[in-house]
Amino acid sequence: MSTTRRQFLKIAGLAAFGLGTSSALDAAEAVAKDMPGAKYDVGGKHLAAKRWAMVIDTRKLESREDYDRIIHACHSVHNVPSIPTKQEIKWIWTDKYDRVFTDDMSQHLSPAVREKDYLLLCNHCENPPCVRVCPTKATFKRADGIVVMDYHRCIGCRFCMAGCPYGARSFNFGDPRPYLKDVNPAFPTRMRGVVEKCTFCSERLEVGLLPACVEASNGAILFGDLDDPNSPVRKALAENFSIRRKPSIGTQPGVYYIV
Amino acid sequence: MIEKVLKGSPAFYIWLLFLGSIAGLGVFAYIFQLQYGLTITGMSRDVSWGLYISQFTYFVGVAASAVMLVLPAYFHHYKKFKKMIILGEFMAISAVLMCMLFIVTDMGQPQRMLNVILHPTPNSIMFYDMMVLMGYLFINALVGWVTLEAERHDVDPPKWIKFFIYLSVVWAFSIHTVTAFLYAGLPGRHYWLTAIMAARFLSSAFASGPAILLLLVMALRRLTGFDPGREAIQTLTKIITYAMAINVFFFLLEVFTAFYSGMPGHQHPLTFLFVGHDGHASWVVGWMWTAAVLAILSLCLLIPPQFRDNERVLPWALGILVIASWIDKGLGLLIGGFTPNPFETVTEYAPTFPEILVTVGVYAIGLMVLSVLWKIALDVKKEAGTF
Repeated sequence: MSTTRRQFLKIAGLAAFGLGTSSALDAAEAVAKDMPGAKYDVGGKHLAAKRWAMVIDTRKLESREDYDRIIHACHSVHNVPSIPTKQEIKWIWTDKYDRVFTDDMSQHLSPAVREKDYLLLCNHCENPPCVRVCPTKATFKRADGIVVMDYHRCIGCRFCMAGCPYGARSFNFGDPRPYLKDVNPAFPTRMRGVVEKCTFCSERLEVGLLPACVEASNGAILFGDLDDPNSPVRKALAENFSIRRKPSIGTQPGVYYIV
Repeated sequence: MIEKVLKGSPAFYIWLLFLGSIAGLGVFAYIFQLQYGLTITGMSRDVSWGLYISQFTYFVGVAASAVMLVLPAYFHHYKKFKKMIILGEFMAISAVLMCMLFIVTDMGQPQRMLNVILHPTPNSIMFYDMMVLMGYLFINALVGWVTLEAERHDVDPPKWIKFFIYLSVVWAFSIHTVTAFLYAGLPGRHYWLTAIMAARFLSSAFASGPAILLLLVMALRRLTGFDPGREAIQTLTKIITYAMAINVFFFLLEVFTAFYSGMPGHQHPLTFLFVGHDGHASWVVGWMWTAAVLAILSLCLLIPPQFRDNERVLPWALGILVIASWIDKGLGLLIGGFTPNPFETVTEYAPTFPEILVTVGVYAIGLMVLSVLWKIALDVKKEAGTF
């Protein structure tokens, strides 16, 4: 009899302790909820999407000034240095048709199309090989499809550069800061030894702004949610013939070109 | 057993001093690199890996090649290899150490290298590569040390070591397979995107690794009188010959697939390496032809028994085999993978002087480790009467 009594007391004690801790946890949670920074809040202004994507209407981009304005908008806001060697850094740049669309779709393209410049940037792939190969998760894909970099975790192994089929990544072979004329204090500069690339302006989306290149393009670059049939990108893709770079390798790029 | 290092001839210490000073030069160049970054190398945005990673790849093969002694000795009870086996295991240790050093020298932020362990990422082949290399280092150190200790005391090695010996056989294949997967799984690199990459890696490793071992053992025989036995040398040479023949065959398979299919992407790296791309002939062209000629020549000297068993010809045959495989894997593999670049254009790569200095420094460190380990092994053998 006494042993059962002891057992009962034991169980009762344990239960009381358990209840006590669980209620204490509830209380702590309630307090923590009100503490600053307890919940990740991007603010009411932020732009959200299920799958961010970009459509470049190449017909609307004609002069060298158009491209330079767009490239400058990106590179100045992101502190991208201009290094005049093979070890250059670039997030967005231009090249000719044969270099951009290497599959050589038509041998007899109209000269206007072949001679034109095309913008290149990170494709923010659905299946990004760079993310697959990164040994530290320093580069990763966000839930909204944007492939971003953690410059503080990157060990500079450059596996992602070997993995990227689009040549979208740059490595800081040396200290990039001496090559910056005007530093934008709102965006971090990088140190040597890390990889960097276009971020689809994730930092601007957070405060409700469209990417810098989109803003500077005067409507030639569209940006929106690929999963939303009413988004500007989906409307443009529905109405026009569009292509992507190296479609056969299965990366599913998020950058479309209307040619 | 480590005390054996303390009692050596003056020549041994002069040799270590010589290697040490070369290693010192490499360390000096590396400090320079730490100060200024990888900008002092010939690498670029388009050719983002260079000599360091290619040497890493080559020496993983050298490390794996110890299995060509272990497998016949333990799986087939081929006793003739038993005398030499410890040299192979110790060479694997120094080769793996060199691999690790090459990885570290290639990093942009080497002080962050523990991030690979702190943030383990199983979808990255690099993660597995780190694990298999460290495992292989551990297994070889353990097996080498335990069997040598047993030899010293003139007893049979403990039974439990058998498990690690068998494990080392499987592990050796795994290290080079995983290293091949670093390359073979990248969608945009035509030269690397081939299912036969791991098989090519293994065949070239099993040719070049034992060839380097035999060359070193022959030098050792001259210097110290250690004789691995004529039959052991001849058997290992046969293994080398088969592996090299398979290696050349595998390479020709690549050439067939690329050119018979007529697919431009598959042809471009090969044409770049052997004739140049888009009218742009690189300095590599001469090297690649040298490799091709030397590879064939090495087979011509190794396949006929009257040459292969002639110990005056053999060092030359092995030497040119090593040069051929080094150019193919330690140079062509990397450059061909990155050129043409993703824009189908050519960005030239050539290693710079500091880059070569760091590389030679790592070689020197590897050779120092090897010299010390081999000295221990030979002194123990002398004492035990198994020299």
